[in-house]
Amino acid sequence: MDSLIGFWDSLPSALQTVIVILLKIVAILLPLILAVAYTTFAERKVIGYMQVRCGPNRVGPKGWLQPIADVVKLMFKEIITPTASSKAVFFIAPILALAPALAVWSVIPFFDGGVLANVNAGLLFVLAITSLDVFGIILAGWASNSKYAILSSMRIGAQMVAYEIAMGFALVGVLMAAGSLNLSDIVNAQSGGIQNWFMWPLFGLLVVYFISGVAETNRAPFDVAEGESEIVAGFHVEYSGMAFALFFLAEYASMILISVLTTLLFLGGWLSPFESFEGLLAIPVIGSILGSGLHWLVFKSLIFLFLYLWFRATFPRYRYDQIMRLGWKILIPVTLVWIFGEGIAIGLGWEPWK
Amino acid sequence: MISSIKHFVKTFTLFELLQGLSVTGKYFFSKKVTVQYPEQKTPISPRFRGHHALRRYPNGEERCIACKLCEAACPALAIDIELEERADGTRRTTKYDIDMFKCIYCGFCEEACPVDAIVETQIFEYHFEERGEHVITKEKLLAFGDKHEAEIAKHRAIDAPYR
Repeated sequence: MDSLIGFWDSLPSALQTVIVILLKIVAILLPLILAVAYTTFAERKVIGYMQVRCGPNRVGPKGWLQPIADVVKLMFKEIITPTASSKAVFFIAPILALAPALAVWSVIPFFDGGVLANVNAGLLFVLAITSLDVFGIILAGWASNSKYAILSSMRIGAQMVAYEIAMGFALVGVLMAAGSLNLSDIVNAQSGGIQNWFMWPLFGLLVVYFISGVAETNRAPFDVAEGESEIVAGFHVEYSGMAFALFFLAEYASMILISVLTTLLFLGGWLSPFESFEGLLAIPVIGSILGSGLHWLVFKSLIFLFLYLWFRATFPRYRYDQIMRLGWKILIPVTLVWIFGEGIAIGLGWEPWK
Repeated sequence: MISSIKHFVKTFTLFELLQGLSVTGKYFFSKKVTVQYPEQKTPISPRFRGHHALRRYPNGEERCIACKLCEAACPALAIDIELEERADGTRRTTKYDIDMFKCIYCGFCEEACPVDAIVETQIFEYHFEERGEHVITKEKLLAFGDKHEAEIAKHRAIDAPYR
């Protein structure tokens, strides 16, 4: 042990920092990838249950090893490159789709101080990086040299632009209320119990944000990009094996990201809803469970993740022009009105979230 | 006017979407109807048409008299029969092949048979491991019938009043 500490101390401080950061990245990404695997499992289970089926229950006890089996299957599948595709872009595209989806996690605070990079413009970073997601998808559609894939890319491109605006406006409402772009500060601005969370004064923005989030991640009912009834599987028709798995991973990672972000921005992140009940928090074991912490972030995010799956099991897919109408003509005006009202409220000094 | 206000309110409260969610939400907790197949099985009718069998009389003589009615009735031309006259003057088959790949399990052979020789049993879980095994020969059909005679007789008896 002493020799280990000695070895650690002998390292140059720059290297020490790099190692610590790398370990932190691993500590964020490993649980994230596991969460992605088990989100796919949860999705199949939840949709199965809503269709009065059991869902996967054969691999391992109660089907718990199903995602592991899926991963192993995908890893051993051959990656087929279409002859007429442009090879380099074809292989860069899935990486370009996955990298931003994972990079955003660097500014997400998981508990008080539990963040890899406490960037002051964290919210802007999130917006910027999530917008990069679309490049991987468009390039995938382009490189595949397939009509279906390129159609899907075009749809995604337009859809992302439309919903990013509504999403951005919804975030503007949050940062007006919090007075900060730093995600940790935004969460801390909501401290003081459930009544201080932004979801009450900004409920409309919460709804708009989550709807745009669903559209951003191309999930049902906004999954025209996949549209298996008309364009087979969209931008990833030509992908198989691990290359496909990367798109899959990116999609589910951004799903989880939107759930976590919604929690951070509107539901007080890691803050406990019982913060104002100090007597309750003083009880030895129950108090620490009811108190603020990572588990509240996970619990609240799971609610939104469940909503994603619930939506998919319930709603039929939107027609493409209806998606555009909803994005441009309903969500954006709604957010604009809400922000306007909020601005007036702030101007008059009436701030219910304070 | 009223209807457009109603429409506006309905749209912005997401009324119909929540209605839809409540339906799926209800089914989420309902009892699942899946039959966990190898462990659980659904009941099978005595008229079920599965693997074929040739039956015998209680004295051990095979029932089939090679009348070829089943071959004629078979819409898929799956049955192939050849016959001979035995020394005692009776007609019997020398070959009774059923091609299980052609067979559509319609049960017409069973309907056509005047002596209840060819029957379709309740057994449907079987497989072939080698090319050619899908043609079930007379010996196999008779052996199959011998093996499951008790069940076959029981199900014919249950169904007899309706024939």
